Amino acid sequence: METTIQLYVNGKMHTVQVHPSTPLLYVLRNQLALNGPKYGCGLQQCGACMVLLNGKAEPSCMLPVSAVNNKTIITLEGLAQKDTLHPVQEAFVQEQAAQCGYCMNGMVISAVALLNENPKPSDAEIRAGLERSLCRCGTQSRIIKAVKRAANIKG
Amino acid sequence: MNRRNFIKNTGCLAIGFSISGSFIDAPSPMMQELPESIKRHPNINAWLEVLANGQVRIFTGKLELGQGISTAISQVAAEELDLTMENVEIVLADTLRTPDEGYTVGSGSIEQSAMAVRFAAAAARHKLLELAAQQLNVSVDQLTMKEGKISTITGDRSITFNQLLNGKQITDKIQAPVTLKPKENYKLVGKAIPRNDINRMVRGEQFYIQDLRFPGMVYASIVRPPAYEAKLLHLDEKALQKNIPGILKTVVNGSFIGVIAKEEYQAIKAQRWLQKHSKWSAGTQLPAGTDLVTYLKTLPVQTKRDNEKGSMPTDTSSFIKAQYFKPYHMHASIGPSCAVGIYENGRLHVWSHSQGIFPLRESLAKLLQLKIEQIDVTGVPGSGCYGHNGADDAAADVALLAMAYPGKHIRLQWTREEEHAWEPYGSAMIMEVAAVLDSSGKINSWQYDLWSDTHSTRPGGNANNLLAAQYYSTPLKEKQGFSGGGFRNSEPYYSFPNYQVNGHMFKGPLRTSALRSLGAYANVFAIESFMDELAEKAGKDPFTFRLMHLTDERAKAVIRKVQELIADVKQAANTGIGIAFSRYKNSAAYCAVAAQVQVQPKEGTIKVQKMWAAIDAGEVINIDGLINQTEGGMIQSASWTIMEQVRFDAQHISSRDWVSYPIMRFSQIPEVEVAVLNQPNEKAMGAGEAAQGPAAAAIANAVYKVGGKRIRHLPLHKR
Ligand code: FES
Ligand code: FES
Repeated sequence: METTIQLYVNGKMHTVQVHPSTPLLYVLRNQLALNGPKYGCGLQQCGACMVLLNGKAEPSCMLPVSAVNNKTIITLEGLAQKDTLHPVQEAFVQEQAAQCGYCMNGMVISAVALLNENPKPSDAEIRAGLERSLCRCGTQSRIIKAVKRAANIKG
Repeated sequence: MNRRNFIKNTGCLAIGFSISGSFIDAPSPMMQELPESIKRHPNINAWLEVLANGQVRIFTGKLELGQGISTAISQVAAEELDLTMENVEIVLADTLRTPDEGYTVGSGSIEQSAMAVRFAAAAARHKLLELAAQQLNVSVDQLTMKEGKISTITGDRSITFNQLLNGKQITDKIQAPVTLKPKENYKLVGKAIPRNDINRMVRGEQFYIQDLRFPGMVYASIVRPPAYEAKLLHLDEKALQKNIPGILKTVVNGSFIGVIAKEEYQAIKAQRWLQKHSKWSAGTQLPAGTDLVTYLKTLPVQTKRDNEKGSMPTDTSSFIKAQYFKPYHMHASIGPSCAVGIYENGRLHVWSHSQGIFPLRESLAKLLQLKIEQIDVTGVPGSGCYGHNGADDAAADVALLAMAYPGKHIRLQWTREEEHAWEPYGSAMIMEVAAVLDSSGKINSWQYDLWSDTHSTRPGGNANNLLAAQYYSTPLKEKQGFSGGGFRNSEPYYSFPNYQVNGHMFKGPLRTSALRSLGAYANVFAIESFMDELAEKAGKDPFTFRLMHLTDERAKAVIRKVQELIADVKQAANTGIGIAFSRYKNSAAYCAVAAQVQVQPKEGTIKVQKMWAAIDAGEVINIDGLINQTEGGMIQSASWTIMEQVRFDAQHISSRDWVSYPIMRFSQIPEVEVAVLNQPNEKAMGAGEAAQGPAAAAIANAVYKVGGKRIRHLPLHKR
């Protein structure tokens, strides 16, 4: 049975009519028309669907929407302040850290969560922070550079 | 975005008009060969239009696959017309709007589409100058062009592109010779112009096929058989309706089953339910549990001598021999295939990330028995595909559903499992090499035999190769694919006095098609591994040994460059560096790769620490794009080489997710460094596939350096 669920996404309260077992990803993409979180596996194995859940990067593809109605959700679309990109987004542009870019959502969201907790991560910490996210185009070296740039780490 | 807007955007009318007089000011000194695409679409307005806001819109028949082609093509156009990048917009492959440029494959988009646009833009430039000269009543050499405006040198008078054309477009034919902008005047081409699409991706703007949304759009899923060629025996549609809410239609045709639902998650649940509650025949058994190399060698083959030179000695007993193997690999796109389709008023419109929307349209027409004119296919970027993945199949699936459920946009998103288990893989290959050295340590004779399945079963205008066609009511016979892909880079680029290359083409157990670089990956892995083995026998270092067998200076230059890049690298314990070289297709980009690996002495764990590439792709259009593609190529190839292998059991593919088909994660990713040897006066060549082969061999050669263990069968890491 569909129920009414309230979701706090990107600073706004949204009311949706969905089956409570529907994974958050489908609600964000189909009901709220957001493009940031992407479907990659639906199995919590690739990171394409990452969102910030109370500030932590979490895959949204298996998370029932009913479990997140009291959490703060931020998607890729919610990172920029008006026209100013979040420093992590800006760094991805500067480093041109994409080929197809399909993985970028997971990478940016994971990096934002990582830098919130650890503003000056080591190379190994950056890799660990992004480990859940897959990239098939082989852009990882640029993604690592982008995270370093966002953290203002030289080299 | 809705369909009306799509059509509105396409409503640009081109009105033909002609003005006498040639727009060529100086005949080219050489006979100029126009790009193939121009021969097929000779009119300027097939390639570009001047918009009402003064911007120039470029049309390409190629699709953005993450290779940065839209930026490269825009750069070339902006350069010839002295525009800024902001003044140019680009329309990608669309049967309604763009020229037909076949498939976006083989690193051919720079050579074909970018060059076609270069000629079209140059021809447009001359035409515009001609028009301006008439309007302003001066000679062409008294005019300059900048940002959509043509002015007299004195600066007293000027006129915009728009004022000149007055809403019309330039319909003149592009005819050789076309004078191109002198390269020394380039401001954009060759530079690291940032990609505009990255700006959109990073904001989560609508960009991918997955992001298309239409009013009233419904969602679909397909129920796959449990095995290749399994037939549907029983399906309880009524029980499905009872158990899963939101089902709008179940489409069953032969063994093809699709479900259309109101919500996406309902379509997924229906798929899962039907997978459990349908009965199928057993289908084709796969040769599980047998050694794949041994098994493939038992298959009947078609043998072809592809290449030979000199005469091979009859007695080959003194030859040094080795056998190499590459398993089946997956494209493994991060975003599984997706398509949107609608059938209304007798017309079918499909949105697809296929690499060839024009051939796809033809294939769909045959599959659905529609006329080509009844079908529109719009190319929309998807997740990187690296060859022929499930994109065309998903488009065919959605087309079948759209025909059965007209009037609504239907969106089909393949699941991870479908993509992993049903995409056409890169074929497994066996390579056997034998060679003999002369007294000076040079290779005298070289015998090369390869075993491979087809590397191309793209639909190519036929319906048969579309996955759905195999399960539709009257299954279409699978078309024999093009087997030539297996030969790619099988002929040695080194100068050996005598050599022979034979291909033995089998029909293997798994579905196969084009994966980035086709046979080149495996052939270069084998040839370049063997070159190291022979170098050791000859008592030469790998650089010297390669250089003494090469005559092409550009080939030597990339090898020397890579040698220079690693000259000062210090080796820690358990690490070593290997190198390899190839010229892609023996006719495109030159690439030499060095890889530094660490091998744990006890566990044998291999870690690729760093990779270097030196690449010469002729004239560079966008240097950062070229570097990005080469970095990515090395990393992807490292993943294939170290750990990838499609697994199957007797029933079907068992590599169905990222656990059963792991690819490299961040902790395993090497550092990468790329040096580009720009050749502004040479032909521009695509480079997207150049690193795949050399990267593999460089890693295997490095592993040998560290532990003295020569691994000839991939993946290097056995699980
Ligand atoms: S889509 Fe959620 S982790 Fe892959
Ligand atoms: S850029 Fe294509 S998957 Fe990462």
